[in-house]
Amino acid sequence: MGRLSGPLADPSGDAGYADRPERVGFFTDTSVCIGCKACEVACKEWNALPAEDDVLTGMSYDNTGQLGASTYRHVAFVERTVDLGMPGLAGDGGDATEVRWLMSSDVCKHCTHAACLDVCPTGSLIRTEHGTVLVQEDICNGCGYCIPACPYGVIDQRPGDGRAFKCTMCQDRLGVGLQPACATACPTESIRFGPLDELRAEADERLAALHDRGVDDARLYGHDAGDGVGGAGAFFLLLDEPEVYGLPPDPVVTTRDLPSMWRHAAAAALAVAGAVAAAFVGRTSR
Amino acid sequence: MGSNMAEAHPVGFQWVMEAKRKGATVIHVDPRFTRTSAVADLHVPIRAGTDIAFLGGLIHHVLENEAWFTEYVRAYTNAPMLLREDFADTEDLDGLFSGFDPGSGTYDTTSWQYEGGTAPPASGQRDLEQDDAEGSAEEAHEHERGQVAGSGGSPVETWPERDDTMRDPRCVLQVLRRHYARYTPAMVHEICGIPEETFRRVADALVRNSGPDRTSAFCYAVGWTHHTVGVQYIRAASVLQSLLGNIGRPGGGILALRGHASIQGSTDIPTLFDLLPGYIPMPHAHRDEDLASFIESNSGRKGFWGDMDAYTVSLLRAWFGDNATADNDWCFDHLPRLTGDHSSFRTVMDQVDGKVPGYFVIGENPAVGTANARQQRAGLANLEWLVVRDLNMIETATFWKDGPEIETGEMRTEDIGTEVFFLPAAAHTEKDGTFTNTQRLLQWHHKAVEPPGDCRSDLWFYYELGRRIKQRLAGSTDPRDRPLQDLTWDYPVDAHGEPSADAVLREINGSGADGELLPGYTALRNDGSTRCGCWIYCGVYADGVNGSARRRPGGEQDLVAAEWGWAWPMNRRVLYNRASADPSGKPWSERKALIHWDADAGRWTGGDVPDFPVDTAPDYEPPEDARAAEAIGGAEPFVMQADGRAWLHAPAGLADAPIPTHYEPAESPVRNALYGQQANPARQRFDRPDNRLHPEPGTPGAEVFPFVFTTFRVTEHHTAGGMSRWTPYLTELQPEMFLEVSPALAAERGLEHGGWAHVVTARSAIEGRVLVTDRATPLRHGDRVVHQIGVPWHWGPNGLSTGDAANDLLGVALDPNVHIMETKAATCDIRPGRRPRGPALVAFLADRRRAAGLED
Ligand code: SF4
Repeated sequence: MGRLSGPLADPSGDAGYADRPERVGFFTDTSVCIGCKACEVACKEWNALPAEDDVLTGMSYDNTGQLGASTYRHVAFVERTVDLGMPGLAGDGGDATEVRWLMSSDVCKHCTHAACLDVCPTGSLIRTEHGTVLVQEDICNGCGYCIPACPYGVIDQRPGDGRAFKCTMCQDRLGVGLQPACATACPTESIRFGPLDELRAEADERLAALHDRGVDDARLYGHDAGDGVGGAGAFFLLLDEPEVYGLPPDPVVTTRDLPSMWRHAAAAALAVAGAVAAAFVGRTSR
Repeated sequence: MGSNMAEAHPVGFQWVMEAKRKGATVIHVDPRFTRTSAVADLHVPIRAGTDIAFLGGLIHHVLENEAWFTEYVRAYTNAPMLLREDFADTEDLDGLFSGFDPGSGTYDTTSWQYEGGTAPPASGQRDLEQDDAEGSAEEAHEHERGQVAGSGGSPVETWPERDDTMRDPRCVLQVLRRHYARYTPAMVHEICGIPEETFRRVADALVRNSGPDRTSAFCYAVGWTHHTVGVQYIRAASVLQSLLGNIGRPGGGILALRGHASIQGSTDIPTLFDLLPGYIPMPHAHRDEDLASFIESNSGRKGFWGDMDAYTVSLLRAWFGDNATADNDWCFDHLPRLTGDHSSFRTVMDQVDGKVPGYFVIGENPAVGTANARQQRAGLANLEWLVVRDLNMIETATFWKDGPEIETGEMRTEDIGTEVFFLPAAAHTEKDGTFTNTQRLLQWHHKAVEPPGDCRSDLWFYYELGRRIKQRLAGSTDPRDRPLQDLTWDYPVDAHGEPSADAVLREINGSGADGELLPGYTALRNDGSTRCGCWIYCGVYADGVNGSARRRPGGEQDLVAAEWGWAWPMNRRVLYNRASADPSGKPWSERKALIHWDADAGRWTGGDVPDFPVDTAPDYEPPEDARAAEAIGGAEPFVMQADGRAWLHAPAGLADAPIPTHYEPAESPVRNALYGQQANPARQRFDRPDNRLHPEPGTPGAEVFPFVFTTFRVTEHHTAGGMSRWTPYLTELQPEMFLEVSPALAAERGLEHGGWAHVVTARSAIEGRVLVTDRATPLRHGDRVVHQIGVPWHWGPNGLSTGDAANDLLGVALDPNVHIMETKAATCDIRPGRRPRGPALVAFLADRRRAAGLED
């Protein structure tokens, strides 16, 4: 295994694939998402995932709640009011208070530096030839180490099964030249799939266009190869702070400090050994 | 407006998002802040049921600021036409037009005519025999006229007087000006609850984006049609768009987003009582004695309706084959005849009254999906037999054992005599066929998998039913069985017995004397040499190519994308596209060019199939005695209208108003701020114990139902739930019935977010979980606040995702032109907690009705 953090141009090469296709990913442009959830349903259909609890959460139109072992796409709905500062009108004057309703389809970020993969003891979690991160269901033993390792809380164990599951970027479709189910189903092209470099260029253009049009809140998330996960393989255009969508503002691969931690641990171990030895020495000397 | 397109038409909405990406401004005017509002540039909250006041305000703005497209209006609309002296406007009669008869609640529309123009020939005829018996023959007759006018041939036979300066006080433009004089921004504010500032933003954006170089489009859906003045909502948009020159031009128009897949198809080849395929009216029992008199009273002299005889004879030849001959009037006598109003609601009330023995329910779930669903269930319970074909065991098939009335004790299973046949149906993925959707686009769908078990396609069902009935009647000598005996019924079937949908489409396309597929409807003849199942679809199979199955991606074509599917008529994508060029035949602008006159070639040409006689020059003036297509002048783009013009004022064809006028919904918490006349005076009413409407505002008892509710859909479910409530993946996304209220209303009524509440009307009480949301906005009306409650209508007690049915709340009050009910604005009360159950519900409702003075 290669580097655990920092920019990395070619993760599948780094993982040892000699012959490999381009790294692919998702660019989810939330500014055109209409919250139809076709992505959620297409994902479940294709991947034959079980339906979950039928609960009305009361969280706007989001009755899914979060990503999980049976939910690889999750559309968040965020209702916000922006007070336009027109006293006396608020609440009964039509649009005196502007309502914003943000929708965003979340997914596994397929990090350049994926902590889940780093900590997996069985080798079930792998970097694929496409540069994505994949759980191999037949190898996973359900240890669950990956779950706390993910800085986004994406991967989870399926109750009654025990193994860990998450978005595969439809590995079985990629192999035959198809796009992932969610990107295929999305009517507005909010979910764009393709070679990551192209998507990044597209995203830059889209962001500039939105800024030109005065959409100052637009920003990219997971786009920067210098960020805490080395840039995400699934990145986003958001219309507000990441926290508003329930995304960590500054995710860091939880194994970033592993090498130095091991160094510290080794030093600490030596120190402890020394102290223990000293103690014995001390005891015998008494 | 009147549409939650992102949620109800998410696939079509991709094009709106693409337009937005390219810089289009998207404005959403809607009582609710929906997923459509979320991605619009501007959401304008409006009080439900006041869109005509808003559109009228825009018309007023255009007229008073002289912002109309002058040349277009003068040449292509009826703005210069003079009206008769005895025409009186709502401004003169406090909300009524001339010709209203309060006794019957109907209009005599003679005075709405042009000066010097003749009245529609059919209007003078009265079916006296039927008037006594039913009193509804005339209604049905009015309705037929509306339909023919709606699709074309309102017959104006002679040339009306006109003033091209448009200054004569009796010309349509000046009449319009006076009619809308009081639809000011202040009035819009008072009626709709929209601040003047917001209204001006919309008006400015619309005007700025209209004219020779730009066009704007309106999209609407059932938020406009489901009103007692629904047709007039669309008319109001037509007036506005015609004034702005936004009809017949690329990027313009008024787009009807249809309510279900292929609901457009089911009006084109209708499941309506009063139409034959292609909007040919259904003949009338006592008037249309033979084909000649039928054609005489229904077809226009001018325009494409002038050839109605060819369309009708070809239809009869398609249905009755060689049995239809000139000698037997092409089997015209085999067609059923109207004797009155047989529309859906009338029929259900007749069921309740014991007049209807049998009923087919296909692809519909009226037990929860139709207004006043209690009344619907009462009708179902009073039949001899009922056939329900559906994908799932819907409420309409099980009302007799577990319907709400069984729980309340109002019905007992053992008392219900209806024999119910439930037949499992195949889904669209399990059969071949077409959808005809918005934009009149036919799209073929291929069978992907075999239907499971006993599920069969509708085509199989009707084919088998017809085949077996024909078999039974083969030896009959009863003359009433002749139509079925004479019917051609020879579709090829596959190994599973499934008839060929392809063969049906070929029959619809039509064929000539040698069986060759016809290229288009202009090839149809009245001499029996052609056969055609639906004249407007003629050409879908031209040259032996199934046009509806073409799927060349848009990216590989120009903007019109003529090779994706097939649009009726003749695969033209923009109707009346002659209007995209000026009277001399040149495009109004480079940017908005579509078709133009090529003088050298002597033809109309351009990016779309011309909606015009292709070799009629712009300066062509028809001779006096010309008829049909030859009678269309070279600068008259509106080829289906009798005068070739877009109608700002409708001199004929409508039952309730020549010019759209704001009326309050049948149930409203406020008085009409414009007129003494509160609601549409010509609306169809049914005052019966099972259909009590609430007292008018300001009268005793009105305060019992102080709030407005509007029904709506969410993306996650489909109409009355038959296709979605049984699907686990959709159920987890929207698991149960809910009610959307504003924080202010929640505080006023003590409603808790996530808790239960029930909505109450004189008809019923239903419960749901409360979603308190800032998306629900209370609106100001004068000095009071009007609260609006959002009630989704997908639910019912069966399936995985369950809840009370919104349609139980609604009463039936109808638009008089098309018999469509008002579901988008009504009054109610809302209370915290669950509704009473069992017999307690019956007592509770009786108590509420007594409080409102609706029951002793
Ligand atoms: S399918 Fe596309 S538009 Fe629909 S919710 Fe998913 S990302 Fe949004």
